[in-house]
Amino acid sequence: MHDKVDVLIIGSGASGAAVAWSLADTKMRILCLEQGDWVKPTDYPTNGRDWEARLFGDFAINPNRRARETDYPINNGTSPIQVVNFNGVGGSTIMYTAHYPRLHPSDFRVKTLDGVADDWPVDYATLESFFAENDRMTGVAGLAGDPAYPHHVLPMPPLPLGKTGKRFGEAMNRLGWHWWPSDSAIATTEYDGRAPCINLGHCTPGCAQGAKGSTDVTYWPHALRAGVELRTRARVREVTVGPDGLASGAIYYDAEGKEHFQPAEMVIVACNGIGTPRLMLNSQSGKFPNGIANSSGLVGRNLMFHPFAHTYGYVDEPIDGNTGAQLSLWSQEFYETDKDRGFLRGYTLQLHRGAGMIVDAIANTARGFLPWGEAHHDVYRTIFNRKLGLSAICEDLPEEHNRVTLDPVLKDSNGIPAPKIDYTLSDNTNKMIAHGVARSKEILEAAGAKNIGGEAPMLNAGWHLMGTARMGTDPERSVVNEWGRSHDVKNLFIVDGSIWVTSGGVNPTSTIQALALYIADSIKQRLANATLFD
Amino acid sequence: MTHGTLTDSEARDLRILAGIMIPASSAHGVPGADDELIFADILKNLERDTADAQTALRHLAQLAGGAFADLAPDHRTEVAIRFKQEGGAPLFALNRVVLLCYYRDDRVMRSLGQEPRSPFPKGHVVEQGDWSLLDPVKKRPPMWRRA
Repeated sequence: MHDKVDVLIIGSGASGAAVAWSLADTKMRILCLEQGDWVKPTDYPTNGRDWEARLFGDFAINPNRRARETDYPINNGTSPIQVVNFNGVGGSTIMYTAHYPRLHPSDFRVKTLDGVADDWPVDYATLESFFAENDRMTGVAGLAGDPAYPHHVLPMPPLPLGKTGKRFGEAMNRLGWHWWPSDSAIATTEYDGRAPCINLGHCTPGCAQGAKGSTDVTYWPHALRAGVELRTRARVREVTVGPDGLASGAIYYDAEGKEHFQPAEMVIVACNGIGTPRLMLNSQSGKFPNGIANSSGLVGRNLMFHPFAHTYGYVDEPIDGNTGAQLSLWSQEFYETDKDRGFLRGYTLQLHRGAGMIVDAIANTARGFLPWGEAHHDVYRTIFNRKLGLSAICEDLPEEHNRVTLDPVLKDSNGIPAPKIDYTLSDNTNKMIAHGVARSKEILEAAGAKNIGGEAPMLNAGWHLMGTARMGTDPERSVVNEWGRSHDVKNLFIVDGSIWVTSGGVNPTSTIQALALYIADSIKQRLANATLFD
Repeated sequence: MTHGTLTDSEARDLRILAGIMIPASSAHGVPGADDELIFADILKNLERDTADAQTALRHLAQLAGGAFADLAPDHRTEVAIRFKQEGGAPLFALNRVVLLCYYRDDRVMRSLGQEPRSPFPKGHVVEQGDWSLLDPVKKRPPMWRRA
């Protein structure tokens, strides 16, 4: 039995870190439980010659492949998209690309504007100041003036254009289509004690330089200095409920498998769109036999990924390859709804640099481009460092049958039931994917690329996990209210991507964190006027 | 996490197969994937792919009707072609390990104009580029919908 804390946060990733930092100025006793470890800068693959090999080993994006002690298995079932994540201080920000767009104003009003899904109970204007605060805390590089967004200013200049960007820029201008340097959570100058990016290569396997804005180097140092406690190797099994129907704390296992109970006045869940419903469904009690805060039956339902449609081609000269951040440009040309396209909503196009020498060889083997025998050498020399790639990151509308449940057999190393995914692509999404692939091919052709191919949807690309504990004002149609508090349990909050009502068509981390800061601010306001648990 | 190891016979077959996948090339001045150093690296790095590698090599031995390494060179090529068509996911995993080790060999990297070093701490240079390319986009009116 541990001393009772005022605030117990479960998960130290994008949202857990932001909410911990924001609440720290209340001087409450705040504890965060994290199932993984700190990742030391010297642990990152780019420190060694085997850096690409480790992308298929202890830094694989798929937890089932990575299979660290700190990971939990996921039954992806027949889903055409598999869940990818990271478990450790910083959560999946350790291994994200740091591509950092915000949702657009229209994303919060999809029912009103396009007649589909539901409007959010918050809007862009409400979150705008929190976006700015989050950009400042995270350290975001970019260029003001993007016509695809309301005006906002970024703290640092954009990532370099490079040879790949020049190819893309010229092609997009030829087509008359929008493109812009991405908002990137990567320091391009010295920032808040962090060194600037030195183009180590792709950012996904973590940043040895510390330039990438993962929350272990952004929010956590500030939160810890402000007195927040972060307890690692603490895997939470369930959130407990007291006789008063309120959350009383959490039961967790330490690294040795020893069970602990951590009491708390309030609990904030920040475990992502898979981990959060898993935890809630595992938190069964007499009051909540189907999982805590699940009177709506919606915990685990409405799972949204962003289906990625990847298209690539090869040009006739070496371009950037692996040098530099993989993602530094976007196009929002096809973001807003145009009913003439045959589908509703839209997608962002991410314009990629190439891959490292090994990943390029493996990918080209998978594509059937790279033969065995003497010809192997000649062919590889015509494609290495010549790849242009694009990904359409498609909005995924909520559907209740896309869901997370508990697997009846599969368990993690502590015996906690693992999540099981049931997911299919909708007709609207399939049309959007087809449109994205067709436009991507036009861009590649305009850029002079040949041997164009693709993968859609990408299998190993379930990065963005949303919708499984949605927010709303109606307790029968949502799990948390408009400021993140559970409808059923008045001292239980959710702050991660689970609470998203719709997915938009952008990488979600910026908006997840802005929303977490907004919820923290709402908590503080209600603490101040003693209405938090009303 | 512990992984198994290949038998001597499996390792012998794999070395011959690796040399067929990526043979040495005097034209490019590079060793094959059956090179002593590279092959030792392959054996050491099967790790998570050991089970798939063993499955693939059992399949190869079946196609060869015994030890693949014992076949005459012409016959090996025939069997390898069939194996490439039929090997599926286990062969892909095996092929991946061969590529992982081959393309980090210093000699191979240099032949492709790459510095044999870790990315950190030196990093790489990416040219800043000419941002005037953005001028046409800057002239566009706002594209986002007010809501």
